[in-house]
Amino acid sequence: MTDQKFSVSVKNLDLRFGSLRVLKDLNLDIHEGEFLVLLGSSGCGKSTLLNCIAGLLDITDGQIFIKGKNVTWAEPSERGIGMVFQSYALYPQMTVEGNMSFGLKNARLPKAEIKERVDRAAEVLQIEPLMKRKPAALSGGQRQRVAIGRALVRDVDVFLFDEPLSNLDAKLRADLRVELKQLHQRIKNTMIYVTHDQVEAMTLADRIAIMKDGLIQQLATPEEIYNRPSNLYVADFIGSPAMNLFKGEIANNTFSLDGLSLSLDGYDFAAPFTGTAWLGIRPEHVAIGENAAAADVQMDVTAEVVDPLGSDTLVLAHVAGERFWLRISGQADTKQGDQIRIGFSARDVSLFDAATEARL
Amino acid sequence: MSSTDAGQLDTAMKRPPRLLKNLAAKFAAVPMVLIALVIFVGCTIWTIYHSFTRSRLLPAPEKWVGLENYERLWSESRWLISIENLAIYGFFSLILSLSIGFILAALLDRKIRFENTIRTIILYPFALSFVVTGLAWQWILNPQLGLQNVVRNWGWETFTFDPLNNAEIVIYGILIAGIWQGSGFVMVLLLAGMRGIDEDIWKASRVEGIPAWKTYIFIVMPMMRPVFVTAIVIIASGIIKVYDLVVAQTSGGPGIASEVPAKYVIEKMFFSQNLGLGFAASTMMLLSVLIVLIPWAYLEFGGKKNG
Repeated sequence: MTDQKFSVSVKNLDLRFGSLRVLKDLNLDIHEGEFLVLLGSSGCGKSTLLNCIAGLLDITDGQIFIKGKNVTWAEPSERGIGMVFQSYALYPQMTVEGNMSFGLKNARLPKAEIKERVDRAAEVLQIEPLMKRKPAALSGGQRQRVAIGRALVRDVDVFLFDEPLSNLDAKLRADLRVELKQLHQRIKNTMIYVTHDQVEAMTLADRIAIMKDGLIQQLATPEEIYNRPSNLYVADFIGSPAMNLFKGEIANNTFSLDGLSLSLDGYDFAAPFTGTAWLGIRPEHVAIGENAAAADVQMDVTAEVVDPLGSDTLVLAHVAGERFWLRISGQADTKQGDQIRIGFSARDVSLFDAATEARL
Repeated sequence: MSSTDAGQLDTAMKRPPRLLKNLAAKFAAVPMVLIALVIFVGCTIWTIYHSFTRSRLLPAPEKWVGLENYERLWSESRWLISIENLAIYGFFSLILSLSIGFILAALLDRKIRFENTIRTIILYPFALSFVVTGLAWQWILNPQLGLQNVVRNWGWETFTFDPLNNAEIVIYGILIAGIWQGSGFVMVLLLAGMRGIDEDIWKASRVEGIPAWKTYIFIVMPMMRPVFVTAIVIIASGIIKVYDLVVAQTSGGPGIASEVPAKYVIEKMFFSQNLGLGFAASTMMLLSVLIVLIPWAYLEFGGKKNG
């Protein structure tokens, strides 16, 4: 038996399709009421992991516990989960009400109970006016709301979301994302959410699990992942534009590369290090203009490309021969070809061992 | 000023006449349009017209007899048996080939091994002509050669299964051959429809704990309505024109027990030299085809306006 305080526990999970090992000895503990996001590029195994937790895929090795109960070989319907899919997977010939109640009717629940649950879910999701319509007569956002409702009425502990917002347009996606967050705050169930969109991951998650090649690279809060990525892959994956990376040498607590020299006194090393390393600095952590005066290292760069986004402006320059993005105020009057004074400090950077790619 | 400018612009750039648009496509469609008009519409009208005449071997449009041919048709026991046989054959053939085809498709849909091989084997009968099917089943159902003889040789001496020699049940013997040939095709059609159904629908129903058979009946089947309509039309048209299967298996016998309308028409026209009566019978068949076609056209094309 596993620890009772975890809502979902995955232990030494292995999944092979023939000789292809999709999930590799994967361990994951999810707390009661937690919103966990599985994030990764396509093919990293995140949806596969979700399908394993749901019981839609038979695993090769390992165990899965939900609410302390070993469900490794249980049917999906016996696991106490509700699931929402990217394609909504609504039953097209049934009304919204029929979609939400079909599973309950099949489970032989009393009529009054079914009605109560469906009404409650419809109220929570504000789809009461749509109850008599067929899915074809609904917009994408409404359909996904109905699909969430179908999971809600099951009255389960754990909700699984398989890229639920990926089929929606940008504005609707942002709206429904906020609604999902509010829904979680209200019903406080455990939710596991698969996405490739880092904005969704950062905004929704209590903790994010970043996956690559069937392994979890880092499992931490969004702040931790953003500020202290555990390895080079995570650092490069999170953030848009991505972290600026430089490969150089660390010696005597100083990072040096091609005329660039940064004293690492302010850096929080896990262990002292000497050798080849990657230095990463996020575009938004670069100090500009007079703010740069206090920074550990300062220089002048030429703005080569200026991308105004309204709220802020992205500028592409070159530092030590590498492309270097920096984020400046959207109101700054910067043109292509302008000289910009920039600077950054050791406490704002991330360092990774060039050999192991792990954080230093 | 601006409005007159726009007006001048319109007259200056004349819109090309509609008739000349897509000229190549229209030209290419002419033969098909002619065939449709002359052969299908023209010959149908010609046939219906002559069904009201006393034509023998050659059409004799001047010998108008009104409804006489139809009265004679409906008083002839051979035609009545033909209609009854067609009704039995049609009803069971439609129901059985659809349900057998669906069950086979659902079984193949369960991600089984050797799916392609099994699908090919089940589809093979469809590649045979009706004459071959009829002949093969005539042998299988022949009491001296086929199934009955085999079972009797096993030791069950009193076993009797000779539908083709029994006037009461001969049409069911033909039905077996018809279903054997047709259900594989229905299966392939329905299987293609099932493969078009989103994998997530299956996942959703599994998470909800809905058994597979219920998912098929309440979710998958309604989603496959267009495929079912197509399958039904194809089966129905095959039923109405059933002829060679009967000729190969029983030649309408014993007696006239396994006659069908298509056989009646052919024989009246080419063997009894009674063109008028044959045309009257084929007009009745056309009527029954229309009874099948009109609801289908309504479902298929009338429904789209609402959806």
